[in-house]
Amino acid sequence: MKIFVPVKRVIDYAAKIRVRPDKSGVDTNGVRMSTNPFDEIAIEEAVRLKEKGIAKEVVAITMGPKASEEVLRSSLAIGADQGVIVNTDKPLNPLSVAKLLQKLAETEKPNLIIMGKQAIDDDCNQTAQMLAGLLKWPQATFASKIEISESKDSVKVTREIDGGLETLSMKLPAIISCDLRLNEPRYAKLANIMKAKKVQLTTKTPEDLGVQLNENLKIVSVEEPAKRSGGSKVTTVDDIVASLKKHSLI
Amino acid sequence: MMFNRLHSKTTLVKNILNYSNRSYSTSCLVVAEHDNQTIASSTLNTITAASKLGGKVSVLVLGNKCNGVSDALTKVQGVSSVVAVDHPSLEHPLAEAISPVVAELSKKENHSHIFAPASSFGKNFVPRVAALLDVNAISEITKINDADTFVRPIYAGNAICTVKSSDSFKVGTIRTTAFEKASLSGGSASVVSANDWAAPLIEKSLSETGIKWDSGEIKKSERPELTSARVIVSGGRGLKSGENFKILEELADTLGGAVGASRAAVDSGFVSNDLQIGQTGKVVAPELYIAVGISGAIQHLAGMKDSKVIVAINKDTEAPIFQVADVGYVGDLFKAVPELNDALKKAK
Repeated sequence: MKIFVPVKRVIDYAAKIRVRPDKSGVDTNGVRMSTNPFDEIAIEEAVRLKEKGIAKEVVAITMGPKASEEVLRSSLAIGADQGVIVNTDKPLNPLSVAKLLQKLAETEKPNLIIMGKQAIDDDCNQTAQMLAGLLKWPQATFASKIEISESKDSVKVTREIDGGLETLSMKLPAIISCDLRLNEPRYAKLANIMKAKKVQLTTKTPEDLGVQLNENLKIVSVEEPAKRSGGSKVTTVDDIVASLKKHSLI
Repeated sequence: MMFNRLHSKTTLVKNILNYSNRSYSTSCLVVAEHDNQTIASSTLNTITAASKLGGKVSVLVLGNKCNGVSDALTKVQGVSSVVAVDHPSLEHPLAEAISPVVAELSKKENHSHIFAPASSFGKNFVPRVAALLDVNAISEITKINDADTFVRPIYAGNAICTVKSSDSFKVGTIRTTAFEKASLSGGSASVVSANDWAAPLIEKSLSETGIKWDSGEIKKSERPELTSARVIVSGGRGLKSGENFKILEELADTLGGAVGASRAAVDSGFVSNDLQIGQTGKVVAPELYIAVGISGAIQHLAGMKDSKVIVAINKDTEAPIFQVADVGYVGDLFKAVPELNDALKKAK
C-alpha cells in the first residue's frame, strides 16, 4: 500500500503573529516556521501503518516556495520514504492545492491519502474534502481512529463530530483528514534527521502537472482583531456577583 | 464644495444601484443542518447570514423521513423556498451523498451563493461541493460586506481577513456565533421535493465511493448545547481531575448554563473532547463565559473571546486569561467556585 501525506510549512503554532502595517497579510520574516501540527499527526499515522506492515511506502508532499523543503526533511526524519515538492512562489489556495494533489494521485495512484484537518495559518479546513470531491473518492474528515481492513481494500474511521463520535467504513482509495486526538507524533532521532538530509527530493512545478492555479479569491486586507479591554481584578466572590449584577446577567 | 456635494450624490446613486443589484441578483442556497426531527439552531444563524445578501433564500433539506423539518423551515423568517430530498441513506449526513445534490441544485436553480453552518456538518461537505463546482470555499464567515466580499478569522482568530471572490458560485460556511438566529415564525414558503433527480445522484455517489455509516455515539445532556448556551462555565487543567468538574456542573446548573473545557482539560482526560472550546474545538460567544482554572492559551482564546462578559477564576495572577477577562478573580478555584455557587443561589 502506498500512502500520500501532504504537509504544509506554516508559522510555528507557538509564535506570536504580526499583521503587516500595510494590511497585506501576516509578517513571516524572521518568524519561526514549522510543519503544520495536524500534518505531523498525519505523517505519524502513515509511519505507524508502515511499521505495522500495512503500508509499504509513505510519500510526503508539500507545495510552495523552496523553503518548504524543510517540512519534507522533517517528514522523512519521522519515517516517510520519499519527498515531493511542487515548487511555486505564487499564492496557493486550497482549491489549487487539491488540484495539484489530484494530478499527483492520478499518476502515482496511492491507496490512501492522510492529511491534517486544517492548516493553522489559513484555518480553512478544506483541502482534504476538495481533493476527495475532485477524485470522487470517499472521505473521512476529523479522524480520531483509523483501522485498515485485513484485505487492505477498505478502511474504518472514527470521526469527531459535534456532540460525539461516529464511525464510517469506506472503500480504498480514500482520503482521511486527521484530528488532534488521532495520535501523539514522535520526535525525530538525530540519526534519522541526518539520514533524511541525504534523501533525494523530487521537484515539480504546477506547469509540469498541467494545473492552472486558481486566483479567484483575493485577499482585500488582513487586520488585527479588536482588542478586549480586560484586566480588572477582584478579590472576593461577592465582587464577582456584584459585577454580574452590574452587567444584568443575574 | 459643489464638487464635493456632487461627488457624494454620485456615490449615493452608485450605492443605490449596488443595493438594487444585490437585491435582485443574489440567490442563496442554505443547506439545513438537522437530526431528521428538529432544525439545528446553526441553520437559523445561517439563514440570517444568507438574508444579509438581500436576495432570495432557498433552503435545502436532505434527510430521512424529515418532513417535519422541511415544514418547520417553510415558516422561518426570510426563507423564500424549501427543497426537500428524502432518502433512506440520508439518515446520516454523508458528504458523498449530500455534495452532488447541492452542486446540481445550485446549477439547476442558478444560485449565486451556497451557505451552510461552520459546524462539523457543514465543514465536512461544503469544500467537497466547492470542488465539484470548481470554485473556492470560504470558511467560517463572520461578516458579509457585499455579495462578493466576506470577512473571516485566520491564525486562530489572531488576524481578521477580508476576501473578495470572483468565482461564479460563492460557497461558504457561516460562523454561527457571528449571526443572530432567524425567527421560527413569519415565513410562508412551500416545500418542493427533488427526490426524482436527487435519488439517482445519491445512489451513484454512494456506490462509487463505497461509503457506509457504521455507528455513532452522541452524548445527551440535560444542559443547553454549548454553541447556543447563554452561559458557559468552562474548566481547564486547574481542575486537576474529571471528578472535580462536578463543581462546575453545579455552578452551570445554578446559572442555567452549559459546561465547556479547554484543550488541556480534554487532553488530560478530565472530560470528553466534544466539550472542547477553542480553535480546534467549538467556537462560542455566550453572554457570560466563566473560565475556571484556564490559563488562556491562544488556541483557547480563539474559541471564546467574542463572549459578551468573561469572568476568569485562576490562582496565577500572570495567566493570560486575565488580559481578556472583564472580571478576574485571583485565588483558589476549589474555594471560589462553591462560594460563588452559594452566593448566586442566594442572589436569585
